[in-house]
Amino acid sequence: MLDTLLFVVLPYVALVLFFLVGIARYRKRPFSVTSLSSQFLENKKHFWSTVPFHYGILGVLAIHLAGLLIPDAILSWNAAPARLLFLEITGLALGIITLIGLFNSIMRRIRLPRMAVVTNKSDWVLLTLLMVQIILGILVSIFNGWGSSWFASSASPWLWSLFTLSPDVSYVAAMPLLVKLHIINAWLILGYFPFTRLIHVLVIPNPYLWRKTQVVMWHRDRKSVRVKD
Amino acid sequence: MEVRSQIAMTFHLDKCIGCHTCSIACKNIWTDRQGTEYMWWNNVETKPGTGYPTRWEDQTNYNGGWELQNGKLQLKSTSRSKIVPNIFHNPSMPTMDDYYEPWTYKYQELFDAPEGDDQPTARPISMVTGEHIDIEAGPNWDDDMSGSPVYAENDPNLDALSADVRQQMFEIQRLSFFYLPRMCNHCLNPACVASCPSGALYKRGEDGIVLVNQQRCRAWRSCIAACPYKKVYFNWSTGKSEKCILCYPRLETKQPPACHHSCVGRIRYLGNVLYDASRIEEVASVPKEQLIEAQRSLILDPNDPEVIKAAKENGIPDGVITSAQESPVYQFVKSWKLAVPLHAEFRTLPMLFYVPPLSPVMSGSDGDITSNETEDLFHEIKESRVPIQYMAEILGTGATAPVEYALRKQFAVRMYRRQLTVGDVDEATADRALFEADCTREEAEAIYRLTSLVKYEDRFVIPPAQREQAIEMIKDPLDHKQSTGFGFSSPPMRV
Repeated sequence: MLDTLLFVVLPYVALVLFFLVGIARYRKRPFSVTSLSSQFLENKKHFWSTVPFHYGILGVLAIHLAGLLIPDAILSWNAAPARLLFLEITGLALGIITLIGLFNSIMRRIRLPRMAVVTNKSDWVLLTLLMVQIILGILVSIFNGWGSSWFASSASPWLWSLFTLSPDVSYVAAMPLLVKLHIINAWLILGYFPFTRLIHVLVIPNPYLWRKTQVVMWHRDRKSVRVKD
Repeated sequence: MEVRSQIAMTFHLDKCIGCHTCSIACKNIWTDRQGTEYMWWNNVETKPGTGYPTRWEDQTNYNGGWELQNGKLQLKSTSRSKIVPNIFHNPSMPTMDDYYEPWTYKYQELFDAPEGDDQPTARPISMVTGEHIDIEAGPNWDDDMSGSPVYAENDPNLDALSADVRQQMFEIQRLSFFYLPRMCNHCLNPACVASCPSGALYKRGEDGIVLVNQQRCRAWRSCIAACPYKKVYFNWSTGKSEKCILCYPRLETKQPPACHHSCVGRIRYLGNVLYDASRIEEVASVPKEQLIEAQRSLILDPNDPEVIKAAKENGIPDGVITSAQESPVYQFVKSWKLAVPLHAEFRTLPMLFYVPPLSPVMSGSDGDITSNETEDLFHEIKESRVPIQYMAEILGTGATAPVEYALRKQFAVRMYRRQLTVGDVDEATADRALFEADCTREEAEAIYRLTSLVKYEDRFVIPPAQREQAIEMIKDPLDHKQSTGFGFSSPPMRV
C-alpha cells in the first residue's frame, strides 16, 4: 500500500503538477519565468557556487537520462569492470562537484545580507530538497555500488512502466532504503519544480545560436492582419 | 537599399549646464521602484571624470560592445560560442559595487530617539538590505570634480594623452570640464539585442527604439555585459533587465521623452532619420578611423527622390518621411557634420549624437593675477583648455579631425554672429573663419537659429507613430474596452 502511494501515486501527482503548473505558469505569468540571478549583488562567491553546481548537476542528470533512455547501452558498457568503475567514479565525482556548488550557494545565501533579501522561504525549501537529494545520491553511490547498472536494469523499466501508464511497483519494492529515499525525494522535487525558480531550466532551449544577430519587431505585420468579420 | 526610420537624438554639449533635471525627470517616472533605485537610465557625467558605472568606458574591464575578429564583428563579452559555457556565471557582469548601493535615511529615528544630550540623526540605510551603510559611492559622485586626483585622474580617456597634456589638464589654473549627459543610444547595431540568449531584447521596426520584453527576459544577464555604454540595468528584485524606453508612450502621442522635455539648457534635439538597414553590418565593420564617416553615410537624405521612393516601397508612411525631412538631427549630423556619436569605436552605431563643447576661455590666472587673455574674443581651438585629443578620445574614436571640424564650425558661427550683432569683428575676419570652417553665411545662420533661437517644435520633430492603426490590424480595440491598457497584468513579484 505504502509502495503504491510512494512509487505510483506520488510520481503521477508530481508529473501532473510539473506539466500543468509549468505550462500554466509559462502562459499566465510569463513575467515570473526567470532564473532570478543574484550575480549582480555578489560576483565572486557566485562563481564558486553556480558554476560547480550547474556543471555537476548537468553531468549527473545526463547519466541518469542515459540510464533511462539507453539502458541496454549502459549495461553493455558496464560489462567490462574497468568501464563500470570509470562510469561509477565519474558519477560520484560529478555528484561531489554538485554538492560543493550547492553548499557554497547555501553558505552564500546565509552569510551575505544582500543575498538574504533575494532568498525567500520557497528558495530555502528548494535548496533543502536539493541538498538532501544530492547527499542521498552520493551515499547511494558509495554504499549501494554499481548504481549505473541497476538503474538501467531496474529503475529504467519501472520508470517506463510509469510513462506507459502500466505502473509496476515490483521493480523498486526491493530496492535499498537509501535508493528509495532518493527516488521519493526526486519526485518531490519534480512536483515542486514548477512553483519555484527552477522553472528557468525549462526555458533554456532557445534559438540563440541559430537566430539572426539582431532582433527587429514590427507592429505592422502584414501577415497577421486581422480578417474582417 | 532597405530604408527604415529611426528616432535619433542630438545633444548640444555647449549648452549643457549640468543641472541633472533630465535625470530626475526620468527617475521620477520610470525608476523609483524596488530594484531600480540604482538605475539612472539618464545620467549626466562630468568629463574628465570616471562616469557611471565607474570607468564604464574601459572595455578592457567591462568587455562591452563589438570587436573585429578576422574582419568579422563579434561581441566582446559573450559571443555566440562563449554564451553556452558562460550562461551560469557571466564573466563580464558588473556588480552593484561598480554602481553604488542605493540608500535612504532612517528618518523615523528623528522622532523615536530617546531624550539625550545630542540631536538625533537620521543615519543612512541601504535600500537593499535595510542595514546601516557607510556611503562610499553614489550617482554623480564625481560631479564637478575635474582635476581631482581621486576621481578625474581615473578617467580612461586620459590614457591616450601625453604626460605633458595630461599634467596641464590638472593644473589648478587651467582646470576645466564639461558635462556629458548619457542615455540609451538606441543603436542601429545594438550589442544588448545581439547578446540576449532569450531574444527578449528587440528593436522596434517602425522607430528603432530598443526595448526589453519583460515577459521573455530570463535574467541571463548578457545584455548588461554586452552594452558598452552600460545602459541596460539589472533589476535585482524582479530578476529582469531594464533600460531606457525612450518614453515610447509619450513619443507615440507626439510628446518628447521626459528627459528631453525637461531639459533646462534646451540642449536636446530629437527627430527621426531614414537609414539604409541593409548596410548596418558593413558599416559597423569598417576600420576604426572610418567609423564616424561610415555611420554618417548610413543616414540617407530624406529629400532625395530615390530615397523617398525606396522608403515608400518599404512601407514607411508619408508622415514619417515628412518628419524625417524636418529632423533637426539630420541637420546636425549630416548637413553640418556638427554632431558625432559617442565612442563610435564600440561599433554599436549609436543614434545619439553629440555636438562637442566649444567653451570659450575668457580669462586665465597667472599666479595671483587674473588676466583677460582673449584679445581676439575667442581663443584658438588648439589652445582649448579641454585638449582636443581628450575630446577626440570620447567623440572622435581617437581621431581629432571630426571633433576639430565641429569645433571650428561653431567657432566660425560665433565670429559671424559677433560681426552681425556687436560689430567688433570685421566682415573679412568672419568670412575667413567661415571659409576655414567649411561653412557659408546661410549655413551659419541656420546653425545659429537651430542652436540659439530654437523653439520646442523645432527641437522635437516626432514622427507620427500610427500605433492605433497597427493595433487595429491584429486586435479589435472594442474587444479591449474597459480592460487594463497599461502596466503589469500580473504583479511584478518574486516567486
